[in-house]
Amino acid sequence: MSWVRENLFSSWGNTLTSCFIGFVLAWALVPFVDWAVISADWGGSKRTDCNSGGACWVYVIQRFDQFMYGFYPVSERWRVDVVGILLVVALTLFFWPRVSARLALLCWALALFFCWFLLTGGVLALPYVETRLWGGMMLTVVLTVGGLVLAFPVAILLALGRRSSLPLVRISCTAFIELWRGVPLITVLFMASVMLPLFLPDGAGVDKLLRALIGVSLFAGAYLAEVIRGGLQAILRGQYEAAAALGLGYWKTMTYVIMPQALRHVIPGLLNTIIALFKDTTLVLIIGMFDFLGIIQASLNDQEWLGLAAEGYVFAALIYWSICYSLSRLSIKVEQHSGVHRV
Amino acid sequence: MGCITHRLYGSFLDNNLWQSVRHTAIFWQLVAVAVIVAGGMWLFGNILDNLANRGIASGFSFLKSTAGFGISTSLIDFTEASSIGRAFWVGLLNTLMVSAISVVLATILGFAVGIARFSNNWLLARLAMGFVETLRNIPLLLQIFFWYFAVLRSLPGPRQSYDIAGLAYLNYRGFYIPKLEFFDGSGWSVVGIVILAVAAFCLRRHRVVPRISVVLAVLILVFLLVSASVSVPALKGFNFTGGSVLSPEFVALVIALSSYTAAFIAEIVRAGIQSVPRGQIEAADALALSAKDRMRFVVIPQALRVIVPLLTNQYLNLTKNSSLAAAIAFPDLVSVFAGTALNITGQAIEIIGITMAVYLTISLLIAFAMNAFNRSTAMRGLSTG
Amino acid sequence: MSEPVIKVEQVHKWFGSHQALAGVDLTVNAGERIVVCGPSGSGKSTLVRCMNGLETIDSGAITINQIDLSGGLTAIEQVRKSVGMVFQQFNLFPHLTVEENLCLAPTRSLGLSAYAAKERALKYLERVHIPEQAAKFPLQLSGGQQQRVAIARALCMEPKIMLFDEPTSALDPEMIKEVVDVIAELAEDGMTLVCVTHEMGLARAMADRIVFLDEGLVVEEAPPSAFFNAPKSDRTKQFLCKIL
Ligand SMILES: Nc1ncnc2c1ncn2[C@@H]1O[C@H](COP(=O)(O)OP(=O)(O)OP(=O)(O)O)[C@@H](O)[C@H]1O
Ligand SMILES: [Mg+2]
Repeated sequence: MSWVRENLFSSWGNTLTSCFIGFVLAWALVPFVDWAVISADWGGSKRTDCNSGGACWVYVIQRFDQFMYGFYPVSERWRVDVVGILLVVALTLFFWPRVSARLALLCWALALFFCWFLLTGGVLALPYVETRLWGGMMLTVVLTVGGLVLAFPVAILLALGRRSSLPLVRISCTAFIELWRGVPLITVLFMASVMLPLFLPDGAGVDKLLRALIGVSLFAGAYLAEVIRGGLQAILRGQYEAAAALGLGYWKTMTYVIMPQALRHVIPGLLNTIIALFKDTTLVLIIGMFDFLGIIQASLNDQEWLGLAAEGYVFAALIYWSICYSLSRLSIKVEQHSGVHRV
Repeated sequence: MGCITHRLYGSFLDNNLWQSVRHTAIFWQLVAVAVIVAGGMWLFGNILDNLANRGIASGFSFLKSTAGFGISTSLIDFTEASSIGRAFWVGLLNTLMVSAISVVLATILGFAVGIARFSNNWLLARLAMGFVETLRNIPLLLQIFFWYFAVLRSLPGPRQSYDIAGLAYLNYRGFYIPKLEFFDGSGWSVVGIVILAVAAFCLRRHRVVPRISVVLAVLILVFLLVSASVSVPALKGFNFTGGSVLSPEFVALVIALSSYTAAFIAEIVRAGIQSVPRGQIEAADALALSAKDRMRFVVIPQALRVIVPLLTNQYLNLTKNSSLAAAIAFPDLVSVFAGTALNITGQAIEIIGITMAVYLTISLLIAFAMNAFNRSTAMRGLSTG
Repeated sequence: MSEPVIKVEQVHKWFGSHQALAGVDLTVNAGERIVVCGPSGSGKSTLVRCMNGLETIDSGAITINQIDLSGGLTAIEQVRKSVGMVFQQFNLFPHLTVEENLCLAPTRSLGLSAYAAKERALKYLERVHIPEQAAKFPLQLSGGQQQRVAIARALCMEPKIMLFDEPTSALDPEMIKEVVDVIAELAEDGMTLVCVTHEMGLARAMADRIVFLDEGLVVEEAPPSAFFNAPKSDRTKQFLCKIL
């Protein structure tokens, strides 16, 4: 009771604010909860099953598989499931204290190759599935993880290059990084989808997904490079001197002494970049790909399910929010855990 | 780092080896240049081949050709007969307009929310936190779609418009607001108003004449009364006449951009406020400053030192994010130029090159301006000597 | 004897499970000069911070100039207008010039005009012997000068009571004297002072009464001569052995 008095009604202005906010919340939340839960339709299979005036979740339930797998053939969807499970396992590997970083990286590389073959197929008894058919959450994850994995090596080289003592290397790396950081992702995607075919020898057609991946990873690479550079800057000079005193050369110093420390510093920044990238992959719908948001957006124009924009967006928002929010919590945890506090 | 290792070699090894290290350095740089040049030439060759094969023209003469398409929102005159070069300017101005308006709104909202997180009203502090955590964890594009398709395009028609105090109307065709219409030949009074406004801003803290800005504000009002009238939108038949209309695309974009960026700015403001040492707050308390004055004169000015550099990044992001306008067909630079004009002319390299160059320039200009601002204000009193 | 301006009665203060003040009683009359001393962690800072509401007390009562500090925000604000405080770390506002530091509170919380505040600021800067530093920023001054500005800032509110929390502890030895001199001058002018300090020279010079605090309790209260020459409690003796 005294808590309520102190935190809500300690003065006139305070009481007024509390009442006002309470009123607005009630005014906005009550109808929303009513719409979304109480008078929503959950059962049925057709548009006409939604007649209560609340949200039509029937549509989301009916379309759920498509939102997850896009147009991936129904009989082959187990392959996507396997890849999903593999990714989760590989992810926990990183947070497993007993596994050495080298082993984890090796497992990752192998797992990724395996995933790619499993998803595309065309080898052994697996039927080939065109990337054109990939879509929904699966495509979103492929773009995020793929973009990140391709971007990572580039980012490390760029970060090292930007701190190099060789002026030409430093200037070109800086320019390259700032170029991608200075332009919107959408122009990078346009560039990748329209200009990339012009850059390559005639006839070397590049798959649309691959083009998007290249665009995404160039863009993400520049941002990652800056994150990694931040980590490199946090390493004290004594470490370089110690390595030099042991007679290690530049690359050995970097690989065995500096990078392992720097990368530990950058994990929170890395996770934030992943969150940003995960949200940014939605932009591929502008170049005509059906990622999670893209496929929901497309399904809103379905003649049989018209007028359900609110349901679609609320569902999409809920999924995106849960994933991004968990990642951001993880980032805060890691930061507190490793005792690395950055401004 | 490379720099440090090399210096170390120099200090501990004899001169000959130092020489050889320098030679290696030069060698590697030459290799890098060679790789870049060779790669560039290969790409360039491919481009020439491809352009020739596809019969696409190159060069910038396309900018002078007739556009052949209309643009819904434009700050300058534009018709189908205008040139593509003019379409570029229309798009650029729209991008700048949306960004500028959203930057202002996002800053105000972001500061309000960031400060509200420290409110001693539990409900308000929680609400501010909820705002931040919700908005920054949902993709911007989704938010734009939500405001555009689920909210603004689902509004009733003109006859059932939402009426805001009889001055403004909201329906699915847009937001109808009152407009200031200057009488013919009142150009001089506009100049006068601008001068007075600038003067009022510069003199707002004047010590000798403390109320000077009030006087100037009254003068501005007088000028406005004699030189302009307000045109209020009114329903005529099936649509509104008078006033001006903000298209739903524009409104959705501005709302989404400014609220999304405000969530990030709020976090920055919070971090800035938290960076102010406790002793400063205690000193303000001991001097009997009210909570409001404490915030305004002690906390915020010091927090700005942390906030301003980070704010620059957010302004840059906002400007770049305004390119998502393409998804709801608001005619910004990307939508008009890298979209429509590119489809018509097919000159991808030139058009995407120009578009990227424009964004790069804007980024550099904003970074430059904010750095200057930062140096002039935020560092005040914080250097010794 | 004049009437009490500070009355501390049975004050208890807890930080979580740690008791910082365990029933402190203290009465200060107008014009009296009190020095509070005691070992580190004994609750000296806590006690003076309670006197202007920077810390809230858990039980007991503090009355300043007949105003009960438990009377909510308005009571605290009223008390703070008549009680000046000087901190160990100065806590000057680094983004304001010395003059702005001095003028801020008089204009904002006392409602003085800018002109009157400026006059007052100059007057008190002269009183602490640094009128020439008015236009500088705090970080451009030496520690001793900064602390004197902090004293002037508190004086600009024209308080009836001044609280000092170890005003000389963050200073280099050669700067201590200039600050001690300023405080001693204030003492001569008849201002009511409560000063936490380890500076026994200051204590001897200015104190009417020395209050010795240990583990959140007032162990001994005596005029300086009695305190230094004939301490009654064992704990006081131990403490004096250590610092003298
Ligand atoms: N904000 C706080 N939170 C928790 N404990 C505190 C806090 N402030 C003080 N304390 C504790 O209360 C006790 C008294 O602290 P106080 O600062 O009053 O001591 P002091 O006598 O001023 O010591 P010193 O001479 O070192 O300044 C200490 O044990 C301290 O750890
Ligand atoms: Mg203390």
